Amino acid sequence: MSHADSDGDSTRREFLYVATGAMGAVAAGAAVWPLVDQMNPSADVLALATVEVDISGVEPGIQITQKWRGKPVFIRHRTEEEIAAAREVALADLKDSSARNPNVAADAPATDENRALDEAGAWLVMVGICTHLGCVPLGDGAGDYNGWFCPCHGSHYDTSGRIRRGPAPENLFIPPAAFVSDTVIRLG
Amino acid sequence: MAGIPHEDYVPKTRFEQWLHTRLPIVGLLYTTLMIPTPKNLNWMWIWGIVLMFCLVLQIATGIVLAMHYVPHADMAFASIQHIDRNVNAGGLLHDLHMNGGSLFFFAVYLHIFRGLYYGAYKAPREITWIIGILIYLAMMATAFMGYVLPWGQMSFWAATVITNLFSAIPLVGDAIVSWLWGGFSVDNPTLQRFFSLHYLLPFVIAALVAVHVWGFHTTGNSNPTGVEVRRDSIEVAKRDTLPFWPYFVIKDLYALSFVLTVFAVFVWFMPDYLGHPDNYIEADPLVTPAHIVPEWYFLPYYAILRAITFDILIIDSKLGGVLAMFGSIVVMALVPWLDTSRVRSGRFRPQFKWWFWLFVFNFLVLTWCGSQPPEGLVPTISLIGTIYWFGYFLVILPILGLTEKPEPQPDTIEADFDAHYPPNGKGAAATPAE
Repeated sequence: MSHADSDGDSTRREFLYVATGAMGAVAAGAAVWPLVDQMNPSADVLALATVEVDISGVEPGIQITQKWRGKPVFIRHRTEEEIAAAREVALADLKDSSARNPNVAADAPATDENRALDEAGAWLVMVGICTHLGCVPLGDGAGDYNGWFCPCHGSHYDTSGRIRRGPAPENLFIPPAAFVSDTVIRLG
Repeated sequence: MAGIPHEDYVPKTRFEQWLHTRLPIVGLLYTTLMIPTPKNLNWMWIWGIVLMFCLVLQIATGIVLAMHYVPHADMAFASIQHIDRNVNAGGLLHDLHMNGGSLFFFAVYLHIFRGLYYGAYKAPREITWIIGILIYLAMMATAFMGYVLPWGQMSFWAATVITNLFSAIPLVGDAIVSWLWGGFSVDNPTLQRFFSLHYLLPFVIAALVAVHVWGFHTTGNSNPTGVEVRRDSIEVAKRDTLPFWPYFVIKDLYALSFVLTVFAVFVWFMPDYLGHPDNYIEADPLVTPAHIVPEWYFLPYYAILRAITFDILIIDSKLGGVLAMFGSIVVMALVPWLDTSRVRSGRFRPQFKWWFWLFVFNFLVLTWCGSQPPEGLVPTISLIGTIYWFGYFLVILPILGLTEKPEPQPDTIEADFDAHYPPNGKGAAATPAE
C-alpha cells in the first residue's frame, strides 16, 4: 500500500467519524428538545386574554388593580398635582430613558406624555410589577417620589411610574392598552 | 480503596467467599466503614454524620408527605392544612421536614466553616471541596423549591423574586424566566415543576454525597493539625489513626444525640419559630407582603443581592446584585486555588485566625442585614459586608499565604495526639491501635 493510499484511508475514516458523531449530536439534540420545550408556556397559557375594564367609577386620586395575564395592572386616575409633578421632571434626571410603552414608538423617550394613556395625562396604565425582581409595588403616593415604592428591595418610582432610585433597572412597563369608549379601557 | 494503608477485607464464611468472587460488595462496605481515620479529630468533625442524618430524614419524611400533598395551585395550600390537621402524625411529619431543612443548613454551615478554618480544601482535597459546594448548591435549589410548595404568600413571592433573578441575564433573560415559569407569572405550571424537581434533587444530592465520601476516602480525612497521616506501612498508619467503626461512629452518634435534642425542642415546642406568619396566608399574585424575606439560611446571600444598588460600568444594579450573589459562592468554590498558604490548619496561622473569625462575624452580620428592611444603614452595612466577603477570598487569602509566618506544626498526628493525651499518664486515652 502506498503512502498516499493510507493517507486517503485515514481521511475517509476521519470523515466518517466526524459525520457519524455530528449526526449523533443532532439526534441527541432533537431528542432532548421536547424535554426542554415542554417547560415553555403551554398553548392555553399563550392564548392571550384581552380584558376590558370599566373605569367610569374611578375618581381622580384613585387606583384600581386589574389582573391581566396573571399579573396585576395598575389603572390610576391621576390628580392634577401628580400630572404636573410627572411632567416637570427633566429627562436627564431619569435612570431609564425609555418610555417602555408598546403603544408608542419603541425608541420614544420616557416623557410623561409618552407614558400616559390619554393626552391630558389623567390615566396612567402600568403593569404593577417591579422591574427589579417582580414584586408588586405599593401605590397611592408611596416612596420618595410620591408615586410607587417596592418594599422588597427599596425601588422608588415617580408619579409617572418611572424608576428614580433603588435597584430596579427599568421604568414600570406599560401594557398594550387603548380606550374602547370614554369609560372602558381594553388591555392586551 | 486506595489511600491510607489498611487491612483488606478477607471473606471468612463460605457464603462470603462465594459472594465476594461474584460481587465484592461486603468488601466495599468493609473498607468504607473501617477507613483509617485520624485519631485527633475534634468535635467539629461530627457534622458530616449530622448531614447524612438530615438527608435521610428529609428523604424519608418527604416521601411520605408527598403521599398527601397536592401539587396544584388550587389545592396545595389546603392540602398542607389537611396534612397538619387530618393525616395521622401529619403535623409531626410536616414539622420534622420543615425544621429538618433548617438543621440541614445549620449543619452544612458549620461543616463549611470547619473546612475553611482547618484548610480542608487544600491539596489533595480540592475535588472533595468542589463536590461539597455542588451539594450545597443542590441543597439550596431543593430548599427553595420546597419552600414554594405550601403555596403561601412567602412561597409565592419567594418564587417570584428568585426566578426573576434570571431576568437580569442580558438578551435571553426574559425568555429564560418565562421558560422557568411556564407562563407569564408564577402560577400552577411553576408549582408542578417545582414539586417534580423538589422530589428529584435529593437523590442527586445523595449521589453527590457518595462522590464526596469517595473523594475523602481516597485522600484520607483532613484533621485539626493539617498534618497528613503517615503512609509508610499499615503499622505506621495505625499510630496516626483509628478505624472509623466503631470509634468515630460511636463518637458521631453521641454528638448527634445532643444535636437531635435541640432539634426536638424546635420540632415539638416551636415548629414555626423559624418560619414566617405570612406563609399561612394563601398565595395572592396581586399583593406582595410588605416585608418579604427568605428563610434564615439564605439571608446572607439576600443581603449581598440587595447590597448592589448602583451601576458598575456597563453592568446595571440588578445584574450586579445577581452576579455578586452567585459570585459569592463561586469564590468560595475556588478557595483551594486562592489560598496560597502551604500550611493547612488555621491553628498554626496566627494572622489567618483573625481574618477567619472576622469572616464568620461578617457572615452573621450579613444574615442580620438580610432580615432587615432595606432602609437606613442596612444597605451600607450590606455593601461593606459584601466587600469583605470578596476581599477575604480574592485579596486576603492570596496575600496572607505569602506574608504570614506560620507557627511550627507537629511532625505527626501521633505526636500531636500524645501531647494532649500522654500515652502513660493518668486518664490517658486508650491506644488500642498499638
